[in-house]
This record gives sequence, structure tokens and C-alpha cells, in this order.
Amino acid sequence: MFFNEEFETLPRQALEAVQLKRLQSTLERVYANVPFYKASFDAAGIKPSIVTCLADLQKLPFTTKQDMRDSYPYGLFAAPMDEIVRIHASSGTTGKPTVVGYTQKDISTWSELMARSFVAAGAHKGDIIHNAYGYGLFTGGLGAHYGAERLGASVIPISGGNTKRQIMIMQDFGSTILTCTPSYSLFMAEEAEAEGVDFKKLKLRVGIFGAEPWSEEMRNEIEQKLNLTAIDIYGLSEIMGPGVAIECIEAKRGLHIWEDHFIPEIINPETGELLSEGERGELVITTITKQGIPLIRYRTRDITSLTYEPCICGRTHARISRMSGRSDDMLIIRGVNVFPSQIEAVLVSIEGIEPHYMLIVDRQGTMDTLTVQFEVSEHLFSDEIKVLQALSRRVEKEIKDMLGVTCTAKLVEPKKIQRSEGKAQRVIDNRKL
Amino acid sequence: MKVEQISIFIENKSGRLAEITRILGEAGINIRALSLADTSDFGILRLIVNDGVKANTVLKEKGFTVNMTEVVAVEVPDRPGGLSAILQALDREAINVEYMYAFVERCGGNVVIIFRFDETDKAIATLKAQNFNMLEGSRLYNL
Repeated sequence: MFFNEEFETLPRQALEAVQLKRLQSTLERVYANVPFYKASFDAAGIKPSIVTCLADLQKLPFTTKQDMRDSYPYGLFAAPMDEIVRIHASSGTTGKPTVVGYTQKDISTWSELMARSFVAAGAHKGDIIHNAYGYGLFTGGLGAHYGAERLGASVIPISGGNTKRQIMIMQDFGSTILTCTPSYSLFMAEEAEAEGVDFKKLKLRVGIFGAEPWSEEMRNEIEQKLNLTAIDIYGLSEIMGPGVAIECIEAKRGLHIWEDHFIPEIINPETGELLSEGERGELVITTITKQGIPLIRYRTRDITSLTYEPCICGRTHARISRMSGRSDDMLIIRGVNVFPSQIEAVLVSIEGIEPHYMLIVDRQGTMDTLTVQFEVSEHLFSDEIKVLQALSRRVEKEIKDMLGVTCTAKLVEPKKIQRSEGKAQRVIDNRKL
Repeated sequence: MKVEQISIFIENKSGRLAEITRILGEAGINIRALSLADTSDFGILRLIVNDGVKANTVLKEKGFTVNMTEVVAVEVPDRPGGLSAILQALDREAINVEYMYAFVERCGGNVVIIFRFDETDKAIATLKAQNFNMLEGSRLYNL
């Protein structure tokens, strides 16, 4: 099923022709309207007119999150404020948030891409979409909301939080589609169990989870506990919000990125050099239809790979692989690169370990230390010390085997690790670097 | 012959033991025997109480991880060599003691020791054959 069959299945050559035309007009517009781009193109000695084929894109300079911060709040807007109808901002974990503006047409494009994403995930008109992404400055809530309305589904704008009420509403309203972060879905499962609510008796069919990196093992866990098909969705506010890319329910292998609106590239995050198909690196996206804040070669800091292989669902748009993490979530522990999602994958692969964990990084003298806290579930608990110690040793060994990093595994009491109703906080870095 | 023991996971943090005993006390549960095993990171508190099912429920309600295990309560004559005789009988049958601890109160002239074996049923049979006296849970909970 498609939402916009013509564009979703456009043959490669036609898709690239659309991309080039849209890229060229975007470049003309940012060069004329955004002083930052005029200055950065001029500094590189480039005029928009040098781009005559898609491969020319790599001649252009990158845009970074820092560039957005430097232009805070409206410096990168390419449309006058009287055309901006919506403003969102990303959580500023370090300093000022990054601000994005949307014209009426941008909102319409976003709604369509999100509606396409819903359909790719197996949703249709008549579905009851339980939207537990946060509504507000964060793009998740409103992005999914507008897409659900465009699709013609019934959307419940429940937002995040108040989990008991969420569960009651899912039961009583007959929600069929759940949208939230993957960690929040597991928290819901836990709360439901405590309330004596069986997910098997709910009407939920599909969960669309995003806004934080998660693993294939966590998908299995969610599918089992919530009794639904779990679909990975990708987006970031700088580029648009949720709905930049999504898995199709037919394959569940890689996320189709809507290439008639975004051009993806993969680069080596250290050198900036372009990587070829299948190689893992940092995802770079150029928006080619956005009016409010078009971004040229925006460095997402998300680590993934790209494939143009045809997909069984019939969509011709390239697929990015599941994110292994953000390049700025990456921890470097004694010289080893570690993504929290990799540790999560190890933990949930061990029978009985709950996918709630906390990584504590510290430095003793000149040595980095990594402590992995995980919860002792009833299932794992034993009256014998040696059983629990063997479990900790096993976690340590598997992390060492898989990631090459030595850690200390530490059991903590159940529910001691903070549950998140939005993006989960998984790392405490106490190193003063 | 088996006795219900409840085990509780506790992090090595101040106040956890006080919290557990407060919860049990408020629920009117009496502790008959206890042992605390500790490591640098966590401890396991093992208890024989007068109402194991209720203790299990109230502790779980408060978010503790609890499990129930079967252990064996053996009467040991209160004289030199009393415990040794029991352990030797078990050793001959290659039964391992995972851990053991003494009961708070005496039973007549004897001491009661709680054993956790790797093979509980075999241990019970062995001790029975050697005429060692084991106490029924019902008697122990209300001793």
C-alpha cells in the first residue's frame, strides 16, 4: 500500500531528475536569501550554478549543528517571518536549542511524508492512532499528528506521560496504532503488567517507534511484550521532524528515506570523505523542497549506511540501515568507540534481563571505567550469591566479546533505573574531559 | 520436610535493611531466622518468617525482588560434634551445602540449623535414613 504511489515508486532515473531540479532551485534560493549560505559558498568559491548533476553536491560545504546554533534563532531561515506558520526547537542538551521554521507548504509536505510513513508502516484510514510522542516544541507529537490527519486516521493526541491513563485510553478507545519512543513503549508494558492489563487483549496492531536509537533485540522484546509489529521511524527536527525515513512493514529491513524531498549521503565523520553504498558512516541530508529552513549537506551525526537495492515493497527510495547511534552519543572508553545501543543489544540478548540500563563512565587516575547497571528481575533473581555473580560476569564477558571494552556489571534493584516518558537518558559521564 | 525461605535482593545502600524490617514489622510478620549474604555490590537477605506468603506479597508491593526457596531445617544436638555428624553424613552422599545458618531459637535441648542443599530431596532422604530429625515448616514458623 502507498499513500502517494506515483512518487513513492518513481523509477530511479525519474527520481534523480526530480532531485536535481529541486536541488538546483534550493541552492539558488539559499544563496539569494540566507547570508550564511552566501558567505559559505563564496568562501568555497562556489556558485549554485556549478551544480549540473547530483554528483556535484559533494563539492558543497557541510552545514553543522554548530552553524545552526551560531544562527540562533532565525539566522538560517530562507523565508520571511510572515510566511513562517510554525516554529519548533530541538532539546538543547548543550546550550541553546536549534530552531526551525515551517511555511504553510512545509507543514503540508511534512504531513504528506508522515502520512506516507504511516501507510508504509501498515496504517490506513480507519486506524485509531494513539500518539504518545510529546506535543510541544519537540517535533514528534505534532509531526505524527498532522500525518495521521492527512492520512484520514483518527488521532488521539495523548502526548507523553500519565502512563496509567494512556493504558486506560488504549483499552477503552480501541487504539490500533501506537506512536512513541521505544523506551516509553517498554515502560508502558511494565505499567500495564503492574495494572494487570494484558496487551494481547488490546487492539494495537502496529507501533511506530523513533526519536532514539534502538536495537533489533529491543524490537523483539517490544513485539513480544506489546503484541504488535514494531516499526522504526527516523527523523530530526533540523531536517523536518519524524517521517524523514521509515521501515516498510513488508520488509522491516532498512528505512526508506523520502528521496523526492531529501538527498542522503554517507560520509566518514572524521574526514568528511564520501563513503560508498553499504559503508557505515555519518548520514548527511540535503533538503530539496523545504522553504522555511532549507539545509544543504546537513551533518546529522547519526551513524548508518545507505542502500539503493530494490525493496520488496515496491518503493524505489533508498534505505538507510537502523541507526547504531549518534556520533555525539558515542562514548570513547579507553580508546574504544561504544554506542549505548550496542550495550543494550548485548543486555537484551541475555534471557531475563530487562532493557532498562544505565551506563556510568568515570575516570580513575588516567583510566576510564565503565559501569553497566542493570536491573535484577524476579526471573533472574536467585537466593544464591554465585548465581547472581555469574550473571554479572556473563554480562561483562559478552560486552567484552562484542565491543572489546572491559566493564563492571552491576545489579540494581528493580525499577531503580529512571524510566523515561520521552527520550531515555542512558549515560552518566562523570569524566571531566 | 521442606521449609519455605524468602530471599530478598538488596543493593548495598544505607537503610535498605531497615526498610525491609519496617515493612515486615508493619505487616505483623515475625522473623524466625535470618541470614545476610553480602558482596561489594549487593546482598541477599534470607528469612524464615511466620507467614512467608504474606511477606512475599508485601515486599513485592514495595518493589523488592523476592523469591521463595525450599530449605531444610535440621535439629542439631547442642554438644561438640553435633553439626559435624550431619555434615559427614551428607558428604558421604556427595551432597553440597550451598549455605547454612542457625535458627534464632532452640527447640528443646537442640539447635536448629537451616540448610540450602544443591539436591534437596536427596539430602532429606539421607538425613532421614541416618535418623536426624528435621522440622516441619508449620512447626518452625510458629516456634
